Order: sequence, then C-alpha cells, then structure tokens
Amino acid sequence: MAEFKEISPDAPAAARLMNWVDNRFPASKLYKEHMSEYYAPKNFNFWYVFGSLALLVLVIQIVTGIFLTMHYKPDAALAFGSVEYIMRDVPWGWLIRYMHSTGASAFFIVVYLHMFRGLLYGSYRKPRELIWIFGCAIFLALMAEAFMGYLLPWGQMSYWGAQVIVNLFAAIPFIGPDLALLIRGDYVVGDATLNRFFAFHVIAVPLVLLGLVVAHLIALHEVGSNNPDGVEIKAKKDAAGKPLDGIPFHPYYTVHDIFAVSVFLMIFSAIIFFAPEAGGYFLEYNNFIPADPLKTPLHIAPVWYFTPYYSMLRAITSEMMYALIACVLAGAVLGVLKAKIAALFKLVIVGAAVVLIGAMLMIDAKFWGVVVMGGAVIILFFLPWLDNSAAKSIRYRPTWHSWLYGIFVVNFLVLGYLGINPPSLINERVSQVGTLFYFGFFLLMPWWSRLGTFRPVPDRVTFAAH
Amino acid sequence: MTQASLNVPPGAPIDKDKRNWIVTTCAVGGAGVAAVAVPFVSTFQPSERAKAAGASVEVDISTMKPGEKLTVEWRGKPVWIVRRTPEQLAGLAKLDSQLADPKSQRKPGELTPEYARNENRSIKPEYFVAVGICTHLGCSPSDKFTPGAQPSLPDDWAGGFLCACHGSTFDIAGRVYKNKPAPDNLEVPPHMYLSDAKLLIGEDKKA
Repeated sequence: MAEFKEISPDAPAAARLMNWVDNRFPASKLYKEHMSEYYAPKNFNFWYVFGSLALLVLVIQIVTGIFLTMHYKPDAALAFGSVEYIMRDVPWGWLIRYMHSTGASAFFIVVYLHMFRGLLYGSYRKPRELIWIFGCAIFLALMAEAFMGYLLPWGQMSYWGAQVIVNLFAAIPFIGPDLALLIRGDYVVGDATLNRFFAFHVIAVPLVLLGLVVAHLIALHEVGSNNPDGVEIKAKKDAAGKPLDGIPFHPYYTVHDIFAVSVFLMIFSAIIFFAPEAGGYFLEYNNFIPADPLKTPLHIAPVWYFTPYYSMLRAITSEMMYALIACVLAGAVLGVLKAKIAALFKLVIVGAAVVLIGAMLMIDAKFWGVVVMGGAVIILFFLPWLDNSAAKSIRYRPTWHSWLYGIFVVNFLVLGYLGINPPSLINERVSQVGTLFYFGFFLLMPWWSRLGTFRPVPDRVTFAAH
Repeated sequence: MTQASLNVPPGAPIDKDKRNWIVTTCAVGGAGVAAVAVPFVSTFQPSERAKAAGASVEVDISTMKPGEKLTVEWRGKPVWIVRRTPEQLAGLAKLDSQLADPKSQRKPGELTPEYARNENRSIKPEYFVAVGICTHLGCSPSDKFTPGAQPSLPDDWAGGFLCACHGSTFDIAGRVYKNKPAPDNLEVPPHMYLSDAKLLIGEDKKA
C-alpha cells in the first residue's frame, strides 16, 4: 500500500489530477509496470507480433459480436433468417458480419503462428510454463467459442457439424449418452441447443477467455518475455537494475506492433471486401442452406481450423486400433527395459499398459477416435515437461531439430488438408501415419530433444542495431 | 495469510478447536455450493416440452412402390421406411460374412426391438423401418440403392446406404459393414402396423 502523496498546489492541473488519481488507483504504476518500464528483449523479430495481433482480433470479435447480437435471433425458426437479414437489410450489417466471420479464421491463423513461435524459441520452458498453460487453455476456450459460434447461423453445416461434435461426447462409455443429452437439451440438436450455445458463445466462454488472457499477460509480465535466442535478459542488468538487453515496451514495441497491425489490417480488409467466404474455407457453401434435420449434406467437413484434429478423429478405425495397441506395448516394453526408475514404477507401467490395452480391445474405436482428437490438444499442455533440449531456442539446437519441426508443420498442414476432403482409403492411410507422427513427435520428445550436438548459447542476445 | 502476517510467533501452538470449526464450516459451505449447482446443471436437461414432443407418428404406406423410400420425422430425427424388392431381400443373407453384426446381437434392447431381430430386421420382410442416423456420429446416411461399383463404394456393392461423413456403409437392412467407423447397425425404432396401409412409428405392442 502506497503512502498518500502530497503535491505542490502550484503544480500544473494535469499533474495535480494524476496525483489525485494515483493516490486512489495505481494508474501511473500500472502504466509503468506494463508499458513504459516493462523491459522486453531488444532482439524480437516478426514472430513476436502475433500476441498483440491476437489481442486485436479478440477486440474485433467482441465489438462486432456485440453489434451482431443486436439483430440476431437465437431461435431455430428465426436464426437463419435473421443472419440473412443482417446481411441484406441491416445498414452495413454485411460488413459487421463478415468482420466477425473472417475474424474467427484470422484468430486461428494468428494463434497458430503465435503457438508455433513458442515452439521455435522454447518460450514454454522454465520459468514460463504457466504462460504456456494459460495459453493452451485460451486455445481450448477459443475452439469451444468457434464451435458454438458456428452453430448460430443455423445452416446445414452448422447443424450437422454440431450434431457430429456433440455425438463425440456420446462415445464416452457409461456417461456418454446422458452427457450428450445434457449438452443438446433435446434428443437431437434443436432449438434448445441453439439457445444455450448462443448463451455460451456470447457471454460464458468470452468471460472465461478474457480471464485467461489477463492471467496469460500477468504471468508473462511477471517473468518477462523470452526471445529468439532463448537467453534470460534479466541475468544481465545495469546499475539501475534494468536488463542490459531490454528496451521499454512503449514506445519501442508499441511502434513495432502498430506496423504489424497495419499489415494485418490490409490483409484482413482485403479478405472481407474481396473474398469473405475465402473460397468456401472461411464460410462453407453448405451453410447458406437452412438447417434440415432430415438431410445431411453429401460432404460435411468442419471449418479449416479444426480439420487437422478432425483427420485424427477419422484416422482411428478398428484396424488402426491394432497399431495403437502395438504402440502401447512398445511403450511399456521400452519403459520397463530402458527407463531409469524404481522397480515399483515399472510395475505401475506394466499394470497401466495391461489395463489400457484391455480397454482398447473392449471399447469401440469411435471412443478412441475422440480420445485421440482430444489428446492432440491436451498433449500441448505438457510440452514444457516433454522438451529436454539443452538450448531453448531452435537457433542453438541441432540442425536436424529444425528439419523435424519442418516435418511437423507439413504433417499438420497435410492432416488439415485431408480433413477438408471426403473420406477415402488413401486419405485414411495417410492420416493414420500423420496421427502417429503427431503423437510420436510429442511423446518421444523427452528422448529425441536431448540428441544431437547443441551450439553454445551466447550470454547476451544477438542484436545488430538498425 | 501466513503466520508472520498475522503477527503470530512462529511455532505457536495451533488452536485445534478453532481449526476444526474452520474445516467444518468450509465443508458445510462446500456442500451448500454443490447443492446449489444441482438446479443449475438440471436446467441443461431436456425440458418437459422437448420430452412431450416425442409423440408417435402415423404413416400411410399404401402408395409405396417396391424400391421406394419414405422419410418421416419422429422426435426430430429422420425415420426411413423402405419397401424392398424381392432381389434386395434375397441378397441379404449372402452379405452376412461382410457385416459387423449380421444377427443384430449387439445392444439388442437399444438398437433392434425383438420383433425385428431377424435377417431382414423388420416385422414384414418387405418394409424396413429405421432411424436414418448413423451410429457413428449422427449424420444421416444417403441412399445408394443401385448395386455395382461407384465412387466411395466397393466394386461389389450390393445396394444400401452410405454415410458420406466418415464413410460408413450399411446394407439394405441397415446392418453396418465391418471395419467402418460406425460400430452398430442403424437403430430400428419401436413401430407397429395399425393396418396393412398404416404404420405407427414410436410405439409398439409391448407398450
């Protein structure tokens, strides 16, 4: 608690006002801590703009969303019509709606790049584990937000997409069917579902999302940003206690981010004005047909940002289960023979493997598809403890690590591409290989991230004045 | 708050009585919060109106020709009535080896009522009644009645249904083929014949 500060009565009015406020609310203190005296490493590159851009898109989504709710009707009989009404009859309604629909895709593009930056430079490593975990929770909340928002226009894709995803929950043994019923509020996706998804989409999830964003930023500003060299700038400070390689966030990075915002807005506006449907990828064609509970469109696929996970879901067939059982067996054998742990833990490993294989043989492949799909997101939370490499940043890791990251990205894109396409045998085989690679990348990381020759990490960040 | 911030000397004895009361108060308060959660979670259940909407549907099948399909809505789901041709019926037994559950033995109570637990999965061999919702993730499969090779289907396709979402295939009695994402045969809803021309979906003689 700060002491009450007196200021000379002759001070300028603005200074007296600020003093009055600061004695009651830490305005200047907050501004200093988070802007003018928040020291960020001076060697940030373009990868570091996506955090600010994500915040910008969040604001765009909230503002456009508020205006959309003023005209939208969350009612199965009226929803589709009210969206078309916004598009045709509400003055400039089409712009607000396209900003919101394009914003959803932009959000995922920005967030995927933001997460990949973390992967590249080891930004999740000690002491930034909680920043990463809050970030993964934001990603999860974002997926829920996008999924529930997609139901609201009540088109064919909205309806059948929701039907498929809610039925995923029904695959959980014992509680599944009742859980799916609780989510839908009816025996099929219907008015009750639309109404509650609306409530979740416009208030419940956004509140959670905002809370998580605040937690993400508080944690970040507590430990300070990582940087492309993965060097802790707080280790080298000047006499005044400022990091030698740090520069104030404002004005240096605010200007940096304003430039990024300008470029982003150019691309964003171009899409809104010239290709708001983005060829059926941002807004799917089938969603311009009102929902019909009696007829599934011939080809249904989720929006592009979910398709890598959707591919993994489709990859789990009853044949694939044998491959997965083989993986569990191999994992257990390796754990028993190779891991340097107490005999008791090895017994636990064997027991767990036996139980898991038993469950895998007894429960439908459908359920395991859901487990794999969920696991693909959940596994990200554990990244800080999976990565054992000697250097944080890819710059000082063995060259083949960057190749592995490259393959990981290509694999993710291929899975995404396959998820957009209709099922076929070749599609199934490739996505099965892709799924195994995705999980192999993470689950074997404790082992492979230690291998290879690491380059020496410098004491100070590498930076050339420009 | 730590002991230091309360100005309690370190190592001071803990007032057991006070601690017990704190634990009890927290437990009772927690139980209260949990109890309040019940009505909130309960609102997620289907409402009385949604439950009441599950009334049975009467269908006139007198005008159906062999090979024709009719779709009606029951509890918001599509229910199919297919009048099968003699050739389609004759082919059913030959498929048994390719099907996951040819005799409809899995989850018999839920998926196939007793009166439909036969090769045709129907009361009258000709008329097949099923809920047109795939047992995988709830898409509605499409008709692929024409036999023979065609996109997304095997070359020896005998006619049936294809779920385009994840590629599950069903024969003309709604029985799922092996190694497909869908684990079960299509659900046969409770139904009964009021007369030769009138079919009632949603109720059977047991009820």
